[in-house]
Amino acid sequence: MPEPLPTFTSKTHASTSSRAEVSRSIPRSHRLIARISNADRKDQWFRHTLHIAGLIVLCLVIAIFLTLIVGSIPSFRATGIHFFWGKVWDPVTEVFGALPFLAGTLLTSFLALFISLPFSLSIAIFLGEYFPPGKGKNRMAGVVREAVELIAGIPSVIYGFWGLFVLVPLVRQLEMKWHVLPYGVGIFTASLILALMIIPYAASLGREIIHMVPAELKEAAYSLGATRWEVIRHVVLPYARTGILAGILLSLGRALGETMAVTMVIGNTSALPKNIFSPGNTLASVIANEFTEAASNVYLSALIELGLVLFLVTTLIHLIGKRIIKQFST
Amino acid sequence: MERPILEVKHFHAWFGTHEVVKNVNLTLHRNEVVAVMGPSGCGKTTFLRCINRMHELTPEARTEGQILLEGEDIYRMSPIMLRLRVGMVFQRPNPFPHMTIYENVLAGYLLNNIKLSRSDKDAIVEDALRKAALWEEVKNNLKKKGTFLSGGQQQRLCIARAIAMKPDLLLLDEPTSALDPISTAGIEELLQELKKNYTLIIVTHNMQQAARVSDETAFFYMGELVEFAPTRQLFTAPKDQRTQNYITGRFS
Repeated sequence: MPEPLPTFTSKTHASTSSRAEVSRSIPRSHRLIARISNADRKDQWFRHTLHIAGLIVLCLVIAIFLTLIVGSIPSFRATGIHFFWGKVWDPVTEVFGALPFLAGTLLTSFLALFISLPFSLSIAIFLGEYFPPGKGKNRMAGVVREAVELIAGIPSVIYGFWGLFVLVPLVRQLEMKWHVLPYGVGIFTASLILALMIIPYAASLGREIIHMVPAELKEAAYSLGATRWEVIRHVVLPYARTGILAGILLSLGRALGETMAVTMVIGNTSALPKNIFSPGNTLASVIANEFTEAASNVYLSALIELGLVLFLVTTLIHLIGKRIIKQFST
Repeated sequence: MERPILEVKHFHAWFGTHEVVKNVNLTLHRNEVVAVMGPSGCGKTTFLRCINRMHELTPEARTEGQILLEGEDIYRMSPIMLRLRVGMVFQRPNPFPHMTIYENVLAGYLLNNIKLSRSDKDAIVEDALRKAALWEEVKNNLKKKGTFLSGGQQQRLCIARAIAMKPDLLLLDEPTSALDPISTAGIEELLQELKKNYTLIIVTHNMQQAARVSDETAFFYMGELVEFAPTRQLFTAPKDQRTQNYITGRFS
């Protein structure tokens, strides 16, 4: 006969054990109940704390949005809705139009995305499929993985410096060869720097997602006579596409808002860019450049309104991206 | 006597230094169902995966000896060509989640970039789904994703995907271990149908299943092929003591 399991209100236990044991088990069970109710209270506290943390984040976003709106009011009174598509930005005559910067932001970001995509995708496949973590000991793969993470950790001012002293002269030589005005600085240079900066975002997320593709799906494809490339092309990438898109979106968001490095190599001109080699400005870089010299109320308010535009663009692209991801994942 | 479809001669397989399959010899004829059974870790799945060289996906896998498919040494063929001739069905149903039922059946052609006309495609899909006893259930939903089907239907879809390639040999690695009893019965019934056109090797840890579905049974124990005989004979009059012990449930 197996011994009955001791439970803290067990009658069988009481009847089969000595009185001393019973008397010892009673305070113990009380203590247990007390401990459980105490844990329950802690659990509630913990939940409340989490709720509060969540609420704080929500309040912060709303507060930032409101601050931007309130700060934009003087500029909006002066320029009106024309602000959003005005082509001229001239603080001296107080004519404020955001279009050159909007164009600069979108041009640099999407160009950067376009340049970085082949690299981040290859890195993601290399690290996620060919040399996944923990499988074999490939020195090269380990070094690449570390390097990708390192790229994300370098402060953007260092990218700016590097861009200014290395990339700008290179681009200038290229421009001379292609017979365009050899500024060196400009939209193209900024896009190159941005492309380098956003690679880790798409690459690491892509790597994670590719690594998560179930082995049984890959095996199914191999068993049907697929080569490694065919498995990647027809099974791994389609399966991982949602995650890869999310990574692209993440890196786009990063590119839209990047300020320091872009400001240092974009040329800081308030004219609408004529082509991708023109100097220009992005929403973020013009704010960084000009807020110290914004003497008049309207000027400062116009810069804040640029911030509002950047906020809206980022949110809009985020929402569109979410929609695309949702469509792809069903 | 026609040429055997599969001959295995002095076959060994290792993972690193661990010998998983030890000196296996057997001969298989067309349109038979062969069950490979044995306790967990006896090397039966590894042996199966050696037949279509899927074990090569594991690093440090190594083999010795010969496996002949219709007289041809499979280790001298390209693994791609071999896998086109030897289909495989896995433990857990694994239809491609991003493909429709229609595309899943044609996945082998799609993956290998074999171009087919619309009418060829339709014919292959219908034929494979009929043979897998799934056509009646899905013929109006061919454009739906394969993952919407039930587990048993998904497994039959995987069988259809494998036989759409018109393989010489079909390997099934515990194809019912993730299914409920009713789906299992469905698959077992299907195997009897498939026997008319294909040669099947089914790995199972379930003795009753081996007894129900197979013409011949191979009993593996600790990497060795202990006994290979017509199923009835192996279950009623085993020659080896270890087989006797296994089928009477003395170890599992």
